[in-house]
Amino acid sequence: MELVCPAGNLPSLKAAVDNGADAVYVGFRDATNARHFAGLNFETAQLVQGISYARERGVRVFVAINTYARPDNLKTWEAAVDRTAELGVDAMIVADIGVMDYAATRWPGLKLHLSVQGSATSHEAIRFYAEQFGIRRAVLPRVLSVRQVATTIEQSPVPIEVFGFGSLCVMVEGRCYLSSYLTGSGPNTYGACSPAKFVQWTENGDALETRLNGVLLDRYSAGECAGYPTICKGRYDVGGEIGYAIEEPTSLNVLPILPELQRIGVAAVKIEGRQRSPAYVAKVTAVFREALDACLADPDEFELKNHWLQSLGKVAEGAQTTLGAYNRGWQ
Amino acid sequence: MTSFDDLELRLSLGPVQFHWSREQLIDFYGDIASTEVDVVYLGETSCSKRRSLRHSDWLDIARVLTDAGKEVVFSTLALVEAGSELGYMRKLCENGDYRVEANDMSAVQMLAGKVPFVGGPTLNIQNHRALAKLAELGMMRWVAPIEATHDVVAGMRFFDKQHLEFEMLAWGPMPLAYSARCYTARARGLTKDDCDTCCSDYPDGLMLATQEGEKLLLINGIQTMSARSVCLAEELVSGSSPVDIVRIGPQAEQTAAVIGIFDDLRRQRRDADAATEALRLLAGAGTCNGYWHGGAGLEAR
Repeated sequence: MELVCPAGNLPSLKAAVDNGADAVYVGFRDATNARHFAGLNFETAQLVQGISYARERGVRVFVAINTYARPDNLKTWEAAVDRTAELGVDAMIVADIGVMDYAATRWPGLKLHLSVQGSATSHEAIRFYAEQFGIRRAVLPRVLSVRQVATTIEQSPVPIEVFGFGSLCVMVEGRCYLSSYLTGSGPNTYGACSPAKFVQWTENGDALETRLNGVLLDRYSAGECAGYPTICKGRYDVGGEIGYAIEEPTSLNVLPILPELQRIGVAAVKIEGRQRSPAYVAKVTAVFREALDACLADPDEFELKNHWLQSLGKVAEGAQTTLGAYNRGWQ
Repeated sequence: MTSFDDLELRLSLGPVQFHWSREQLIDFYGDIASTEVDVVYLGETSCSKRRSLRHSDWLDIARVLTDAGKEVVFSTLALVEAGSELGYMRKLCENGDYRVEANDMSAVQMLAGKVPFVGGPTLNIQNHRALAKLAELGMMRWVAPIEATHDVVAGMRFFDKQHLEFEMLAWGPMPLAYSARCYTARARGLTKDDCDTCCSDYPDGLMLATQEGEKLLLINGIQTMSARSVCLAEELVSGSSPVDIVRIGPQAEQTAAVIGIFDDLRRQRRDADAATEALRLLAGAGTCNGYWHGGAGLEAR
């Protein structure tokens, strides 16, 4: 079970490599990847540096071209595929079948991983991508229980990567239009959920209000900790009750079920957070490296260490963690 | 006035998104048989725990609609999680009589190279290369994703060499997201495994409003929809339409009236302003058309 870590810039890439990542995933500085935030991601020259830094230390690099191109900008995505192939990276993470078709035709030697944005939640869907485009790995959306992950792995034609830590998308990735419904820009075609330019923080009396393109997402009283505003983690009125109707601000954390993930044959655990700081990447990578090593050495004696949980708790969204859909009770 | 046979623009009725009772579904489709809709999509696309109708009931409804001259298409689940769901999907894909709308790549996998199929709105076919690839595998009709803009549809048309049929949702709440979690059950303090299919209490979804009282979303089981109805009557029906088929989303009341308005519009018995105004009165939380014009989905332009 390998550890795949995020890097939004060169310092984060180095932090991931130095703290024990087996692979690092990155994106270019445009809408071709699902973390298209201002000031984030790589120009080609930086990526060349990053690749050699990782390679010299035996760490692989994956490039995410995992958003959806439209007729008027498909050429931009194809150019990003060309750049990726020419850089000689270890794999490209893709979601759009138009982009996959281009990559498989133009660069048959380039290894493709199916992005979580490809929304494949069953072995039949994964088989489609494997047969049509030769994908070598699939990343599962965060919607399956551990048992369903196990069944999918048993029947999947390719190895399976799952999310292990980070901000929790509670909707099937690739099929969530909440952000674009409010702002016109969403993960699928723009590469960002809740883009910062639409976020407003305003004081209203004692309360702090968060809005997205003018729509009120949440209202915090004094002393309450306000997280980054996304639609699915706001507090709303449903039938007269105000509450987190969709999900609370929380982070996914699979450490409690790491031995089980190993037993069912998960090939890789992915850490979310290319938009986070190098310090976040260093901390989460180090904890997961230590935990994975302990689990790989002796899964039966695997125990959660307090310092792991303390360390992760400090960087978790809403300072709390969950198993999300892996645990059926959450659903 | 245009005669029916000359009409190039077809009207379709999308799959029912909500959990209705057996009686309600049977009555509903009985009424639909006598409307002017040309294509009817049947089946459960949201949650496999909703089982008001057995497969044989759906086939009975399909027969009634076929006899009334409608094209019947069976739609598959958008979010597939369990082996049993794949089993039923296979049964639909291999039914042999009716066309199938694939709403997930698992269904495409079952249909590709075997029978012509409809590529549903959740497939994320956003560019001409993706379109051409699926056409090669047997897709005969493309239902645009709800996010599609005028420029996307026009661009697809420009590049489309296979002369596919294009279809787009022009009326009704828009499905915006799917989740492992059931939000209707959550609102009632239940988990999905013990949900009592309580979504049947909300035949038009459960309203979610902001703390300022703005109607924002509809909770519909594992699905989240827009509170506002998309309305593209003027954009897709009047004048030369960029699509071949205009889809109407079913609602618990007044669906036949909505179909009537769209039919009047395509037959030029009503103009776009009058049709849009009449439709607005049938939308509980207002209408929107922002995606089509390149903006936020909830905008009305």
